[in-house]
Amino acid sequence: MAESTTPTIAVVGHGMVGQRFLEALAEQGVTERARVVVLCEEPRAAYDRVQLTSYFSGRTPDELSLTDPDFIREHGIELHLDDPAETVDRAARTVTSRSGRTIVYDALVLATGSYPFVPPVPGKDAAGCFVYRTIEDLLAIEEYAKTARTGVVVGGGLLGLEAAGALKGLGLATHIVEFAPRLMPVQVDDGGGAALLRTIENMGLTVHTGAGAQEVTTADGTPHGPVTGMKLSTGTELTADLVVFSAGVRPRDQLARDTGLEVGERGGIVVDEQCRTSDPAVFAIGECALAADGRVYGLVAPGYEMAQTAAAAVAGAIELPGEGEPKPFTGADTSTKLKLLGVDVASFGDAHGAAEGCLDVVYSDSRSGVYKKLVVAKDGTLLGGILVGDAESYGMLRPMTGSVPPVSPEQLVLPAGAGAPVALGPSALPDDAVICSCHNVTKGEICACSSLPEVKKCTKAGTGCGSCVKVIGQLLPETGDKGLCGCFPYTRSELYEIVRTLRLGSYAELLDSHGREEARGGEGCEICKPAVGSILASLGSGYILDGEQASLQDTNDHFLANMQRNGSYSIVPRIPGGEITPDKLIVIGEVARDFGLYTKITGGQRIDMFGARVDQLPAIWARLVDAGFESGHAYGKALRTVKSCVGQTWCRYGVQDSVRMAIELELRYRGLRAPHKLKSAVSGCARECAEAQSKDFGVIATASGWNLYVGGNGGATPRHADLLAQDLSDAELVRLIDRFLMFYIRTADRLERTSVWLERLEGGLDHLRDVVVHDSLGLCDELEALMAKHVDDYRDEWAETLNDPDRLRRFVSFVNAPDAPDPSVQFVPERDQIKPDLQILTLEGVSSR
Amino acid sequence: MTLELRLDDDSWLAVCELSRLTPGRGIAALLPDGRQAALFMDRAGRTYAIDNRDPFTGAQVLSRGLLGSAQGRPFVASPLLKQRFDLESGRCLDDDEVTVKIFACRTSEFSPAGGHA
Repeated sequence: MAESTTPTIAVVGHGMVGQRFLEALAEQGVTERARVVVLCEEPRAAYDRVQLTSYFSGRTPDELSLTDPDFIREHGIELHLDDPAETVDRAARTVTSRSGRTIVYDALVLATGSYPFVPPVPGKDAAGCFVYRTIEDLLAIEEYAKTARTGVVVGGGLLGLEAAGALKGLGLATHIVEFAPRLMPVQVDDGGGAALLRTIENMGLTVHTGAGAQEVTTADGTPHGPVTGMKLSTGTELTADLVVFSAGVRPRDQLARDTGLEVGERGGIVVDEQCRTSDPAVFAIGECALAADGRVYGLVAPGYEMAQTAAAAVAGAIELPGEGEPKPFTGADTSTKLKLLGVDVASFGDAHGAAEGCLDVVYSDSRSGVYKKLVVAKDGTLLGGILVGDAESYGMLRPMTGSVPPVSPEQLVLPAGAGAPVALGPSALPDDAVICSCHNVTKGEICACSSLPEVKKCTKAGTGCGSCVKVIGQLLPETGDKGLCGCFPYTRSELYEIVRTLRLGSYAELLDSHGREEARGGEGCEICKPAVGSILASLGSGYILDGEQASLQDTNDHFLANMQRNGSYSIVPRIPGGEITPDKLIVIGEVARDFGLYTKITGGQRIDMFGARVDQLPAIWARLVDAGFESGHAYGKALRTVKSCVGQTWCRYGVQDSVRMAIELELRYRGLRAPHKLKSAVSGCARECAEAQSKDFGVIATASGWNLYVGGNGGATPRHADLLAQDLSDAELVRLIDRFLMFYIRTADRLERTSVWLERLEGGLDHLRDVVVHDSLGLCDELEALMAKHVDDYRDEWAETLNDPDRLRRFVSFVNAPDAPDPSVQFVPERDQIKPDLQILTLEGVSSR
Repeated sequence: MTLELRLDDDSWLAVCELSRLTPGRGIAALLPDGRQAALFMDRAGRTYAIDNRDPFTGAQVLSRGLLGSAQGRPFVASPLLKQRFDLESGRCLDDDEVTVKIFACRTSEFSPAGGHA
């Protein structure tokens, strides 16, 4: 090695692994003390090859890039694009590129990746034949597809399915040809392949398994003429004008072979645990390397690990101390979870059950294309598994591999609601599982705390989007205190019973008589106030904004609108069943335009108007009420919407008038206060266009009436609703929903959706059916009476508010300047509408001057 | 009875009639320098004033949070991300490093200038 000069590291290949290697060098400070030269064959710097297909869904090559030009510049890396290495002289320690550049190296790193394997069939080089590896390949396929109608993808593995999805997206009729008897033979077994096959065929693709490509036929019969089709080994002849070969990849080891480095029998540059080749000055990483465990890894994560190892080893080899000893690369986990053609596919651990004496637990549902297999040892240890169509549990199962799960394996594969008695709780997660993804906090860190406030304070978990707060609660030690909060030792449903039986009329009365000793006479808290406010409202204490009730409501209920991140509000008028006249649509448009509001269609078939200041709410609602609108209660823990499909009136498939029923239900239950929000939908036939089975209560038309489903949910923890009763008449349906809702309101916990409530309810669906259908508790008369009172007492909160000057007084930004708008609520343009100006919120003192 | 706030220059700003406050809720006031204050009244009729700006989101919303008490001390919970602030000290109960400004307040017999209330 040259003593006085800076050592040189030459890198051949600038793909994902090559780039990660450069980053590892920079992290270890090696780039400051060594010259780093990179030769890259492609005309563009490293990009995200794993996401290659997303180019077809609109991601530009620039967006796929993994290379920050500043990074290359700041670390003084010499990156030569479009200039591949051609020869290596190991004796002279030089590498020479196609353009004639010769680099004298102290250490050489080969990160040449792999090349697509193209079976040696006649016509494989014809015009219209492609591989699927680089952005350039995709650009060429896209161009050629403009004049093509049918495509054939050779290879039904991971890349093949990606390619097939791309061709389908380009509008081509697409065939998939796979030599093995099933799709994705490496990752899944026959059962998983069958589930995948069915789903992919349902998308309109044609799959030929157990078939090999035999010949590409061309228009002029020459090997280079344009493609006209493909002959398969099964005798089938396909007509096609575009072919993509994606039948696997091979390590790109030619450069290594030419210079006499040791390569494996089936390819791959032989390296040791430090990623060193048979020449100690030469290293190989990523897909071109045959790792010390005898495997070639085609996944990016092991490649990244090798890059890390090699960077430390290279630093050592050229006597630049890096960060300690390189961590040896002895092999890697090849668990994967992917979405191919919209289908979840995951495999982990010993997916194919290679271990001796292991057992399978299989759940298979051909209708929905779901297949799940777990491989377990005789002693119950989870060894691995395959998930197709529903890989939701991958995040829980993969970390459990190697241990005995806390519940039986069949409970792990059964879908929720299909007789699976327990959903696997977070207690089963390993300590390093990330619970709060906003602040990257693990279960172990959370379990070190003893209360939610402490968790928030010490780890910040739960202070971001808040979606993990529930899981955190389940992880914290059972205190034996089921009380609602620091103020009450009772649960919400117990408080409901106390208020109901003692006929208590106010929060203060309840707190001072039933609160914890230390909380009596105090202010209560932000948890129990809205919960008790909701109980009082459910039990019919009238307009929720008068007297003491006004102080119990969350800000959204207080201002009858939804607060957004800059303190402005959004407004959702009720549009029952999603049915609206052109005149009313015009009014919404005019109001939004006149007040400069951002408009967006909601998921519940309504229109949300954003960006109103608190002082504008009455004027906006005056216009809306005048046009016949009323509050949509989007701000309340109350009924939101009853969605509907268009139903029998228009739809040729419809069997009932779903719109009429949806309107009827929405008007009946509007304004009903509940432990959490309530959503509903009515579908006019079994095609279920209104998605009723994902609602708290959903109705699906049958030829002879209505089926009622309950306890469904979308959102973060989706749950299919359970069928409560079938073929109901209109009156039977309404009566059953009355009872169901009131029983839920009476017995659910604070902020507990019907889905969670139903899971928790002792005796589950059967018990619910006993209570609300068979009246086993003798409650039904009372439940119906409560609902009748709600229906009678309902008044539109906004109309009531507008009619009362006292109630209107709260709608000012400033008590001492009622006409002044809040200067911190400002907006900037975005896609022809407005969005909150967040810049202004970062200023400590917002001046109105 | 008028509610007054003490400003940075030690002068007292008359804000509104005490009757505009609902026990357990807050209301916002615009200060002469463009800042905003959040005023509250508890069940016992005691009044408090803190900066209206929620330091976690930057939005001027603390006046629209719910009042509560913990260990006998009153707090307000931000309506956006629910962090709680002690009304007497301005300290955030959920993050030791965060404090909001507090204002002294008093009631007087005079009506505020302009007399909006």
